[in-house]
Amino acid sequence: MGAWIMAGVTFREAGRKKILWTAVLAGSAFLALFGTGMHFQLKDITRHSLPPFVRYQLEAAMLQVGFYAVDLLAVVMTILTSVDTLSGEMASGTIQAIATKPISRWQILLGKWMGFAGMVAAYVAAMFGGVTTVGYFIGGVLPHHTLSGALLVFLECLLVLTVTFVCGTRFSTLTNGVIVLGLHGLAFIGGWIEQIGAMTDSPRLVTVGVVSSLIMPTESIWRRASFEMQSSFTRSLQFSPFSNASAPSVAMLGYAVVYLLVALVVAIYLFQQRDL
Amino acid sequence: MSCRSGRLQQSRDAGEFTRLTPEEHLDQPGSLAIQTLALRKVFGTKVAVSNLSLTVRRGEVFGFLGPNGAGKSTSIKMLLGLVKPSSGQAFVLGVPSDDIDVRAKIGFLPEDFRFYTWLTASELLKLHGRLGGMPASLLRERVPALLDLVGLSAHREKRLRDFSKGMLQRIGLAQALIHEPELIFLDEPTSGLDPMGRRLVRDVIRVQRDRGATVFLNSHILSEIEITCDRVVFIKEGEVVASRDLRAFPDAEVGVVARARNLSTQTIAGLSQWSTSARLDGERLTLTTHSTSVLPDILRYLTASGSDIFEFTPQRLSLEDLFLKIMGEDRGL
Repeated sequence: MGAWIMAGVTFREAGRKKILWTAVLAGSAFLALFGTGMHFQLKDITRHSLPPFVRYQLEAAMLQVGFYAVDLLAVVMTILTSVDTLSGEMASGTIQAIATKPISRWQILLGKWMGFAGMVAAYVAAMFGGVTTVGYFIGGVLPHHTLSGALLVFLECLLVLTVTFVCGTRFSTLTNGVIVLGLHGLAFIGGWIEQIGAMTDSPRLVTVGVVSSLIMPTESIWRRASFEMQSSFTRSLQFSPFSNASAPSVAMLGYAVVYLLVALVVAIYLFQQRDL
Repeated sequence: MSCRSGRLQQSRDAGEFTRLTPEEHLDQPGSLAIQTLALRKVFGTKVAVSNLSLTVRRGEVFGFLGPNGAGKSTSIKMLLGLVKPSSGQAFVLGVPSDDIDVRAKIGFLPEDFRFYTWLTASELLKLHGRLGGMPASLLRERVPALLDLVGLSAHREKRLRDFSKGMLQRIGLAQALIHEPELIFLDEPTSGLDPMGRRLVRDVIRVQRDRGATVFLNSHILSEIEITCDRVVFIKEGEVVASRDLRAFPDAEVGVVARARNLSTQTIAGLSQWSTSARLDGERLTLTTHSTSVLPDILRYLTASGSDIFEFTPQRLSLEDLFLKIMGEDRGL
């Protein structure tokens, strides 16, 4: 019960933050820009009288650009809205009035986590819905396995959220933000290194990329999401932010889920041990 | 220190109240609201609380005094389960202080109360009530009553971001009382309050005591402690160094100012059997004793020694005098 109360108040709190509405505005601006770009792309394609198959694939590739931007927006929004929820409340003493109520620390942390997870789910759903709608009504294309893609991006955000919670039990808000964004950057670079390694048939580069994915599996999850949503033709383009010269395996997704659960348990443990 | 007569204690079975005096409380099983045994907390190499052993009886208003850095806040946090003790034991309302369920019977006003500024006063109280396990039907009654108690009824829909420091302190007091706790920790409750607010806090404490609740009060404003508390302890470097029962005036430490003539040096020296200090300045004799019970003996002694006594006035030490005496003067100046 305590966890649900905390989830509710956290969801409402997240909704009161300017950063969320900034992200919503940025997302809306992005959708408008995306729709405009797709509209003009379609006009140019029509003028050049490309074959329908090529035309469809180019529109589908444009759709992937949209999902890539949504992924980035969702991850950044997740970090910025949740980065001070533990460290900030511990620093201000706000948490003391809550932690002295008859609810366990794990309920406080899990409730906050669920509140942010709900907010992120709504954001990802809205943005995926927006991109899919624009793609269908303007470009006439639909992604493959949209739901799988959206769920994987949601999983990626949950992972980022959980790592932010782990660091929030020990570090200040600023340090926490630097660490989590740094880890996400590491995963991003590692993902590219792995792609280049797969293209150039360099096992050592692939290993470096895999290790970075093991440290922070966020980029792997995005690449798997992208893989799920692409047609076989787009996949065969081999090298772009949305192609998958080395698509993460289902085992890697399993690892990401285990990573998330372990991180959540660690966050709860650290929060329970901590003096407030 | 009014209303010494009857106290209320809630019956676990019937949910009703029966009147008990503090002395009767002592005869009951689990009569202690708080008990600590050699409680210790070390942060890295810094000893915050070295060896805290104290007891607080149910139904009393208890003052917790000490200079800055004495370990008061850390001690309170250990009693509330916010900080884990390095060693020792702490019990509140008869169970270990880290028990989750007992917190439903505890209220806490932190020093410099802060909460989500986007909540209104009503929303804040409802949230704390729900976290305390109160049903919605009861909250509908309690929230307006508490807002009225702390003088914020007119601001029930105002957001906390628009509250002054004093208003935040008042709403913090209300959240500590929303669930009618048996034990209430107030950490600097009058901080930031104007004289009316301070009066309000005193009145609230009196109402809580009359209701049978135990109040654990940490404040630097000793004059208020003196008015409000039944008993105080002084802690220094994380250890209890003295305690005083503020109700027991006859046995308290007392100063005496006398006007006398024909006092010899030997007579002054002879006062040392009752007095901790005695000084003669012209006709003015000032002395200090540990108990008012020896005052008749002193008076008889002075008269028998041939002194002429024109005035003999006991002057109880103020809590501030006692505090400075126990803690020593601030060597920082």
